[in-house]
Amino acid sequence: MTLTEMKDIAYNGLWKQNPGLVQLLGLCPLLAVSNTLVNAVSLGLATTLVMTLSSATVAPVRSYVPNEIRIPVFVLIIAVLVTVVQYLMNAYLYGLYIVLGIFVPLIVTNCIVLARAESFASKNPVLPSAFDGMMMGLGLTAVLAVLGGLREIVGKGTLLSGIDLLFGEQAKAWVIPVIPDYHGFLLAILPPGAFIGLGLIIAAKNWLDLRASKKVSSTPASETLPEAAQG
Amino acid sequence: MKRIARSSLQTAVNLVFFAIIGTAILSATYYLTRDTIAATVEKAKLKLVSQLLPPSSYDNDIMQDIHTVAADEMLGTDEATQAHIARRDGQPVAVVLEAVAPDGYSGKIALIMAIHPDGSLGGVRVVNHNETPGLGDYIDIAKHDWIKTFDGRSRTLFKDEMWKVRKDGGMFDYMAGATVTPRAVIKAVNRALQYFEAHRDELFIADAQPAKGARK
Repeated sequence: MTLTEMKDIAYNGLWKQNPGLVQLLGLCPLLAVSNTLVNAVSLGLATTLVMTLSSATVAPVRSYVPNEIRIPVFVLIIAVLVTVVQYLMNAYLYGLYIVLGIFVPLIVTNCIVLARAESFASKNPVLPSAFDGMMMGLGLTAVLAVLGGLREIVGKGTLLSGIDLLFGEQAKAWVIPVIPDYHGFLLAILPPGAFIGLGLIIAAKNWLDLRASKKVSSTPASETLPEAAQG
Repeated sequence: MKRIARSSLQTAVNLVFFAIIGTAILSATYYLTRDTIAATVEKAKLKLVSQLLPPSSYDNDIMQDIHTVAADEMLGTDEATQAHIARRDGQPVAVVLEAVAPDGYSGKIALIMAIHPDGSLGGVRVVNHNETPGLGDYIDIAKHDWIKTFDGRSRTLFKDEMWKVRKDGGMFDYMAGATVTPRAVIKAVNRALQYFEAHRDELFIADAQPAKGARK
């Protein structure tokens, strides 16, 4: 894996093909769990871990899997990995496990995981595949973090609420009251807030891309337009 | 034809192979984490119980002193639950009972409560709920102290008509815009207390053999 390849993969995962903003895959957890920063980042990192592991597992076995049954095998691999992650969270991060609840097992059905296994890991060696899974996961985590942070500030007026679920009671002091004496804005916490927030973030990304393409008007701007969602 | 059959067989064998490896990995993880998970779940439950009963008020191993409660309409449960009995010097101090409010604003609300032998409440906590964030979720101790209004209440002091929100002529406060949630919780607690009255004596008799493996 050369440095340019790595740069390409990272750029694709984090920005150009960002799963949350461009591919628009895996929106179920994106919208449901992004009501606070801590929830959003936690689920994002869990997804990243699963994607890295699943891509790294799919890549070495890809030549042994007959084409007709590749999807069931990939789903099987992903389901096993997710369940392992779920057991580990249940054992060592119980508070968070309770909060994320059903959304951890639902990582299996998150189509971005399967999409990367199918479109990248099944055609590439182990290292680039693992790196691609990780970058796609981090891209999703970044979007989740921005969306979670936005919704938490607008909805509750705080940041990092619930951090004590990760680091124990003493972490309650880490919660940042961004807007003191805030009474809350329910819409931001409920699912519509997630749709509106995500819409604004996508708009911001497209605006940035457009501005960047205008600056380098000598080169054709075809690359900057978001590619159509795939699934 | 033969060729197709053979390749199908190969594909099937291949799939079975992956399934077996997957099962092996899952079983291994399950056995490796099983004890830690059971310990974590128990610790979380004990922590919850300590909010209802000061640990100094009893001296037995509350996690082993268990009475299995069959599913009952009065408790809102549809499967057997485990009641934990707190004793001091062999005398019952309280029983920790699980109950479900089936009619929350968005589904069931799982409750846990400590009831003293005289029928008064040590306290109530919400274990699990799906009430609207910012509206109905004040029943959760993490959001608001409302649930503490149950501390010390009993049906001997307060009759049925008092077990309602103030809006309905009862004694419980509620928050504007969310009365369905407290109504459901109050009703469930009242019914659980009635169940306790009817089964008081048997509830304080521990199961002959402690159930293996704590129920989740």
